[in-house]
Amino acid sequence: MAIDIDVAKRRGERTIAARFTAGPGLTALFGPSGVGKTSILNMVAGLLKPDRGHIRIGERTLFDGAVDLPPEARRVGYVFQDGRLFPHRRVRANLTYGFDLADPGNRWMSFDEAVAFLGIGDLLDRWPHSLSGGEAQRVAIGRSLLAAPEILLMDEPLSSLDAARRGDIMPVIERIRDELKLPILYVSHDRAEVDRLATSVVAIGE
Amino acid sequence: MLAPEEWGIVALSLKVGGVAVLATLPIAFALAWILARHRFPGRVVLDALVHLPLVLPPVVTGWLLLIAFGPFGPVGRWLESWFGVSLMFRWTGAALAAAIMALPLMVRAMRLSIEGIDRRLEGAARTLGASPWHSFWTISLPLALPGVLAALVLGFARSIGEFGATITFVSNIPGETRTLPLAIYSALQVPGGETMVTRLALLSVALSLGALVLSEWLVRRTHGERQRHGD
Repeated sequence: MAIDIDVAKRRGERTIAARFTAGPGLTALFGPSGVGKTSILNMVAGLLKPDRGHIRIGERTLFDGAVDLPPEARRVGYVFQDGRLFPHRRVRANLTYGFDLADPGNRWMSFDEAVAFLGIGDLLDRWPHSLSGGEAQRVAIGRSLLAAPEILLMDEPLSSLDAARRGDIMPVIERIRDELKLPILYVSHDRAEVDRLATSVVAIGE
Repeated sequence: MLAPEEWGIVALSLKVGGVAVLATLPIAFALAWILARHRFPGRVVLDALVHLPLVLPPVVTGWLLLIAFGPFGPVGRWLESWFGVSLMFRWTGAALAAAIMALPLMVRAMRLSIEGIDRRLEGAARTLGASPWHSFWTISLPLALPGVLAALVLGFARSIGEFGATITFVSNIPGETRTLPLAIYSALQVPGGETMVTRLALLSVALSLGALVLSEWLVRRTHGERQRHGD
């Protein structure tokens, strides 16, 4: 499934712009901090409106001059840098949040499959604040997978983790790429991370 | 333990305070939400209007209510001709006065907790398929709940303590508008009323403390549960 992105957005003095197509596998948006990589993901997710351009996934247009789908209609999963779990819901209720909202016909992973895939069976009754960084990031990944997305956005999902935890999460991302075959747009400024994970690389610069 | 007259006063105070706070809650929440989340022309004016009862002498607030809701006032005349309702000298008028006086405190408490919500959580909910309304009911409102509970208690305490606006607007009528503070005031005017004053004052303390304990318990139940189970 081809992801076709051409967006521009003025933010204060500078303009954030990107134009690229991404195929299957993991496409890394690579570049130094502060060039607007996260803003590009936010535009794809529908959290930030581009000034112009288009965003298409396969045959579906998420945004162009005439169309602007709200985030809930885009089927774009988003794993944030900081996990962003809902603090007032246990892990189980975080995981089912998007699953319950998804059209049953669109779901491609069951709750039990996601729990097994991520190895988070022991965490289901815990509250988010009691999770370690690595555990929280696993739950956040599970939560977005269960919402039945067609593509997955990941915004530096390893950057808040120590080296050992990164080693735990990297294989999970590889398995999403290879076993689940979910296209991933992956923002990073870490060369080693990109070298290991990326199928293709889009350089984002000034 | 309590004389029937005292029971009547307590019951009336609870009714006035309860109705005032519950009827004000949705309005106060909407105002808190608008003031916390939206920037629009006239926002400063709205903010000032909401806070006015907090800074005005309560007698002035009561007098303004009298002008607006009296038989010849703009709102009073309208209520009378369309619904045949008058708030003058009725317990409903006392509830209105209490509600107006409680409004600023309730808005402030809820506004603080709304401003404390991490809005990025609402964005996360949207990417998981939630409409703006669903995100409001499942994310924003539960996260604002401690503020809503605080507003209920503050508003209730303010309501059952209301004196100046009430006595100015709906007078001091036994069984209809004579709530606890008004009853204490009346008892003070009567020679030999000291026993009554003491009993009513102790009742006031008990009611206020009760509300405080209840709210503390509620906050712990809704908020603290996460902490307890997490560790």
